[in-house]
Amino acid sequence: MLKINGISKTFNPGTVNEKVALNNLSLHLKAGDFVTIIGSNGAGKSTLFNAICGDFITDQGSILLDGQDITFTPNHVRAKRIGRLFQDPMRGSAPGMSIEENLVLAAGHGGWFSRISSADKKRFREKLSLLGMGLEDRMKQPVGLLSGGQRQALTLLMATIEPPKLLLLDEHTAALDPGTARKVLQITDDVIKSNNITTLMVTHNMQNALEMGNRTIMMDSGRIVLDLNEDEKKGLTVKDLIEKFKEGAGKEMDNDRILLS
Amino acid sequence: MSLPIILNLGQTALELGLICSLTVLALFLSYSMLNVCDLSTDGCFTLGASVGAVVAIAGHPLLSIPAAMAAGVVSGFVTAFLQTRMGVDSLLAGIIVNTGLYSVNIAIMGGSSLLNMNKTDTIFTMAEDMLTGTVFAGQNVLLVVLVVVAVAVAIITLFLKTRLGLAIRATGNNPDMVRSSSINPVFTTIVGLCVANAFTGLAGCLLAQSQKSVNIDIGTGMVTMALASLLIGGTFMGNGGILKRAIGVVLGSIIFRIVYTVALRLNMPAFMLKLVSSAIVIIAISGPYLKKQWPVYKRRYFAKKGGSGNA
Repeated sequence: MLKINGISKTFNPGTVNEKVALNNLSLHLKAGDFVTIIGSNGAGKSTLFNAICGDFITDQGSILLDGQDITFTPNHVRAKRIGRLFQDPMRGSAPGMSIEENLVLAAGHGGWFSRISSADKKRFREKLSLLGMGLEDRMKQPVGLLSGGQRQALTLLMATIEPPKLLLLDEHTAALDPGTARKVLQITDDVIKSNNITTLMVTHNMQNALEMGNRTIMMDSGRIVLDLNEDEKKGLTVKDLIEKFKEGAGKEMDNDRILLS
Repeated sequence: MSLPIILNLGQTALELGLICSLTVLALFLSYSMLNVCDLSTDGCFTLGASVGAVVAIAGHPLLSIPAAMAAGVVSGFVTAFLQTRMGVDSLLAGIIVNTGLYSVNIAIMGGSSLLNMNKTDTIFTMAEDMLTGTVFAGQNVLLVVLVVVAVAVAIITLFLKTRLGLAIRATGNNPDMVRSSSINPVFTTIVGLCVANAFTGLAGCLLAQSQKSVNIDIGTGMVTMALASLLIGGTFMGNGGILKRAIGVVLGSIIFRIVYTVALRLNMPAFMLKLVSSAIVIIAISGPYLKKQWPVYKRRYFAKKGGSGNA
């Protein structure tokens, strides 16, 4: 499904701020894989997502999605097949526009001069009610009035309303309070499973990383230092995970936001 | 002052307000929706006026309308292209295009900075001929601009509800979200500025034909006056659907002209118009900001006076 072959990226090359963000990184995903990613500060997790989405072109290596080479494809074209959520719940939706207007842009079919149809509204209403947040009765309200958790759930719906080939979740619950975070994670799990979407999820919650998905990778200094498949994950504790990271990276896990429980 | 004079002045203000409301609608699209301050508006207004005049003088009054709008589209495209594809800052792109258009406009007017249309058939004289003998005789300018503005409001409202229009609104609201909806914000910016400038060009064309002349300064200060009207309209109809806001924009433009007309009657010299419009824009934009800052100022003042600082 996703084939990343030896990609590298160096920011500010030749200056004192030179930073090797991705270092000859390779990663292959099968269709339907749900991979959780953990790593230390500045390990290159978000940079990896930026590379996959095409926010920059990598210095070397290639990226293939569903057999198609997208190494040089512009980001808005890649977005047709890649859904993405950021940590900041404000980033994924337009605050001045209503819920249904946001959804119809994300749903992405119909010509340029098409308008929101009653069939669209019916479909949005059904999908929104699945979130269990009462958003289906607020479809005409501007998104700016929603809470962070509601907005992140809406963004998740926007990213998956046309199921993408690949879903990238970049600590998408980190800015939410624990209760809301749990709820959004539950919705995430449901959406991914019911649509069988291939997913990469960065998290700072080690427990979530172990419990969710069928594969866990750990990153450090722009490389993958540990790759655990479903069987290897089974029965692991957070403590084992930190121990394994030490073996793989040759140093202590260094992440000031990591949640150990 | 007698009633007929008041009515006459009121009608002139209404006509001017309606014509200029097309420019305000253009800014509604570029400034309020797309979040781009298009400083090429002055030059584009004059461009529409001169192109429209030249085409009308050549004997095609009806053709002058699409010609002026097409000229506006080209101007908007250049401005948008500079800021999205050539790395020019969006304000600078507008200023550059505005400066360049000065030469272009004089070239279009055949090297002259003034064109006279006293003996030219315009869309207004055509309407006058058609209305002779009906109850609307003599109301040709008002009727024509009313129809044009109504159509413009309808088009803009419908346009902003299409997928393309929504994408344009989202581009000004959150470009990240537009990109992740696999829409290219470069494309939406270009389309938005092209459509907006078509209306600016149309406004220039109508003003020139109603005045029966064009001079190179016809568009000077238009962007500030239009912004003032836009902000006045926003205070009346700021919260509401797109249609309500678009109508508010037109009302803002008319109110601006009526206030200006009243000020003229109170012996304000005509050359003060641009200062007044600048002041309105300053008040409308900095007012909310100062209101927000007010508690801080107050607290700092009391703290300096030796108080507790807990204002």
